[in-house]
This record gives sequence, structure tokens and C-alpha cells, in this order.
Amino acid sequence: MEIHTDVICPFCGTLCDDIEVHVENGRVMEALNACKLGNAKFMSMNKKNRHIVPMVRGEDGFTETTIEDAVERVARMLVDAKKPLLYGWATTECEAQSVGIELAEEVGGVIDSCASVCHGPSVLAIQDVGFPSVTLGEVKNRADLDIYWGSNPMHAHPRHMSRYSRYPRGYFRERGQQDRTVIVIDVRRTDTAGIADKFLQVSPGDDYELVNAFRTLLNGGDIPDEVAGIAKKDIASALELMKTCQFGMLFFGVGLTMSPGKHRNIDNAISLVVDLNKYTKFNLIPMRGHYNVTGFSEVLTWQSGFPFGVDYTRGYPQYNPGETTSVELLSRGEVDAVFVVGSDPAANFPKKAVEHLAKIPSAVIEPHETPTTYLCDLNIPSAIAGIEVEGTAYRMDNVPIRMRKIMDAPAGLYSDREILEMILLKVREIKNGA
Amino acid sequence: MNVTLITGRTIKQGMVIEHKDSTMYTDANAICEFDPDDMKKLKVSEGDTVEVSSEAGAVFVRAVKSLQSPHKNIIFIPMGPWANQITSPKTDSVGMPSFKGIPASVKLAKDKKVLTYPELLKQSFGK
Repeated sequence: MEIHTDVICPFCGTLCDDIEVHVENGRVMEALNACKLGNAKFMSMNKKNRHIVPMVRGEDGFTETTIEDAVERVARMLVDAKKPLLYGWATTECEAQSVGIELAEEVGGVIDSCASVCHGPSVLAIQDVGFPSVTLGEVKNRADLDIYWGSNPMHAHPRHMSRYSRYPRGYFRERGQQDRTVIVIDVRRTDTAGIADKFLQVSPGDDYELVNAFRTLLNGGDIPDEVAGIAKKDIASALELMKTCQFGMLFFGVGLTMSPGKHRNIDNAISLVVDLNKYTKFNLIPMRGHYNVTGFSEVLTWQSGFPFGVDYTRGYPQYNPGETTSVELLSRGEVDAVFVVGSDPAANFPKKAVEHLAKIPSAVIEPHETPTTYLCDLNIPSAIAGIEVEGTAYRMDNVPIRMRKIMDAPAGLYSDREILEMILLKVREIKNGA
Repeated sequence: MNVTLITGRTIKQGMVIEHKDSTMYTDANAICEFDPDDMKKLKVSEGDTVEVSSEAGAVFVRAVKSLQSPHKNIIFIPMGPWANQITSPKTDSVGMPSFKGIPASVKLAKDKKVLTYPELLKQSFGK
């Protein structure tokens, strides 16, 4: 039996780096230290009905095809389209993302990631008002107050609290949990709220008002007896904890970005953190979902200057969220082909956007069956990044971590990067008249 | 009953991401979590089919008693194809649809069937 230690978990943005995976005869026997989400991903390597061969839709359903044929079909689809959308990218390594961006530029398409439907509004706010942030290592060693706002790590990032915020002992937090205070702000009494010291139940859609209440009190003003469903005394006592801590953290989730107000909620929350720095050291980190959605924004910014929703149809990068982002492009019927890499928009986009995806030529690189593989015309299965392929991913605090390969992919499967390089080569051949 | 719909990640939904071809996916995602008091008001029992409607459409899902209550007049459906039958593509010009805080209504639909995702996709998109 092979024992792999310090394996990086390719599931959520916490990107845990202490997994011990036991592999025997090509099967994962155990994934020690992993949470339920990470364990499910490692154990899924044992699935018997995994797709190995590319599948193309014909009149009688899907039939198998060769990788060469699949690559040529995708290349022709992208070259023939006036405005193709290249979407996904959050669950693959940075090296594959880089080739994908080159491909988008080559075919004059729009490239966008899951960020546009998770923390895109956070990026917009950060561009407006800045980003007072730190690394999770600093949080572990220094933070004595952690606020989770619109975020439920017990479900979405199960080891976040045990590794960084609620429980661990740190350099300046020697007693662990006893040295730390946790506040949860949410519309439901979540499982995370259950282990917090203080819970504020905000009424739905009123997060902006609650941030304003904190800022008003902080800056010497007065507020009504109740704001956003929360009594003034509870707001004031939570604010006192924020002002008097030594090192405060605001971890915010999609509860803020997906609710009314969207980027303005984050804009205001960042401004609260800035205001708190008049009293103490305070910082924030967005609770990024997929393990490398942060990496895609980094790579796209290096190559195009913008973090998501980049339109190359005019030959140069244009960025205008609301116009160059996937949900609008699909629901307005503005793209004429879709190429998905490592994502499931057919499950996670509103129905109106998926209706257009189902009508136009489409292809997907995806190791497992999903609603997107079901709707797309062509599916190329790939080796799984972070388990069968090494590569770089960025943690939610923008720290790059090298993911390790721990087992071989089934024969005949290529990595996302290799498939994208084949498609890019074929696109250039077609454009050169081959 | 008029409610506010929240969609999002649950640990069960996250655990079946690599198993969307199994019945576990429908079991984890085609559900609606209710505050226990709201279930009494609606005379809904655990496992009953309910119809959830919004301006974008309607969907049939299975009622589940929320373990993260109280959240009166708020229902929760895990992110996925069932939830997105009733989310709007309007983004307020920032790229992000409102996946949370959606005005919706819910009613008991005991005799209706909760569709699997291939059935749901066939019905919605003809594929």
C-alpha cells in the first residue's frame, strides 16, 4: 500500500494541505484528515462507471469517439462561432487555466469563471475600495475575533474553523478556543452559528443596513432600536467585541454577494473593516468556494489585466461585468457556442440561461457525469487535477499551493492542460488553412 | 404561503458533486428545508412534495425539516438544477443572479412527483 502524506485536497478554497491518502492497487482506501467533502472527492476515484472515452451526441444519443476527433470537433466549433463562451475553470490547475485563456484570445471568445456567480461582486468591491487582507497563517497565529458573515463553513468549508479560526492553538493564541471569539451573522441559525459565541440573525436582504448600523455607531452616530431585525443592544455589543479585539477577521460568504445589494454589500463591509482599523487591526478574507476559483482570477489578471468576464471578440480584452459575464451572455442569447471546462453551469445557472446553452453547439471537459455533460453535444473526460495531475492552485487567501499527483489516471485520459493544448494547436492549424 | 427563498451549499449537496449520476444527487438537492413552525402552518410533513414558485417558474421538491432553524418564512433549497428552475437570470448588471433572498410562494402538492435531473432537464430543455 502506498501512503501519501501532505496531500492537498482539491475541493474547497480552504485547500487543506495535510491529507494522508492510502492507495492500494489503484484504489483509494482512506483519506485521513479530510472532511466529508474532501473524503467524498478522494473516494470518488474508486467510481466504477467513470467516463474514459470522449462521447459525442448523435441522432440516437451519445456515441464514443476518439480524442483526436473530439479535439477537432471542439476546435472547429470554437473557430466557426462568432462569439464563443469559454466557461468554468475553477476546478482545474493554473497551468490549464493559462492555456484556456490563450485559447479564448485565439478564437476571439469570452472567458469567464464561476467567480461571476459566486464572489464576482467581491472582486468588484475590492476594485472600488481595496482589500485589507492577510493570510490564513496569520489568522491562525494572531486572530482573537473571527466573524463569519453570510457564510456557513460547517457545510461549505468544514475544516476552516478547526484549522484557522475557532479551535487551533496559534503563536499568540496558545489556549486555542479559549483565546478566540466567534461571531456569526446569518439569516438562519446555521450549524456554524451553533458553535459561535454570538449569533446575529439578520433579516433577509438587510445586510447592507446592518453594516451601515455598525459603521454609524462606530463613527459616533445613533441608530434605531432595531436594525435589520436585530436589537440595537446586540449590534452595539458585537461592535464592542470588534473594537476591543487585538486582531479581528471578517470572513464573508456568498450570503452577502448573492443577496440584494450584491457588490455594494461587500463595498460597505470592506469600508467597515477600514473604519475598524482606526481602533485595532482588522482584516477580511472572502470564503471562496471551489478550490482554484481564486487561481483563475490571478491567472486571468496576469494575462489580460482583468479577473473574470473577459471578452476577446474585438481582439483585445474587454471587461464589463453585467455585459461580458456568462449569465447575461447566455440569457440574452449573445453567444453562439459554449465550451465548459471543469464546471456545471447546467446545474448552477438560472433556467433561462441554461435554455440557451441547450440550444447552441456545446462541449465540456469533465471527468464525471453532470447535468452539463448531459446537455452538451460533446464530452471529453479528463484526468482529475490535484489527484491524478499535479499543478498549482490558489487558496482563498491568495496563497499559491502546489497540488500533488498521488495516482495515475486510467489509460487514455489526458489532463485538462494537455487537452486544451491539443485544441489550441488544432485551432491554429484550422485558422492557418490546414 | 409567501416566503423568501435562499439557495446555497449544504454538506450533503457537496458530498455528491462527483456522484450526480446517482440517486443521492436527487435525494440531496431536490429538497426544500422548512422552519418547523412553517411546516405546521402549511400542514406539510417531512417527505411531502411541495410546489415552490417564483416569478421565474415553479418546481416540485421534497419537504425537509430544517436543522438550521429558526428561520420563519425562509425556505432553503440546495444549489442545483431544481433550485435554478425558479431563480431569475436578472443580475442587476453585475453578473451575479440573485440566488438568495428570492420572493417565492410554497404550497403542498402531495400527489406530484419530484423529478430526477435527467427528467427535469428533458422537461425543461428537451434534451
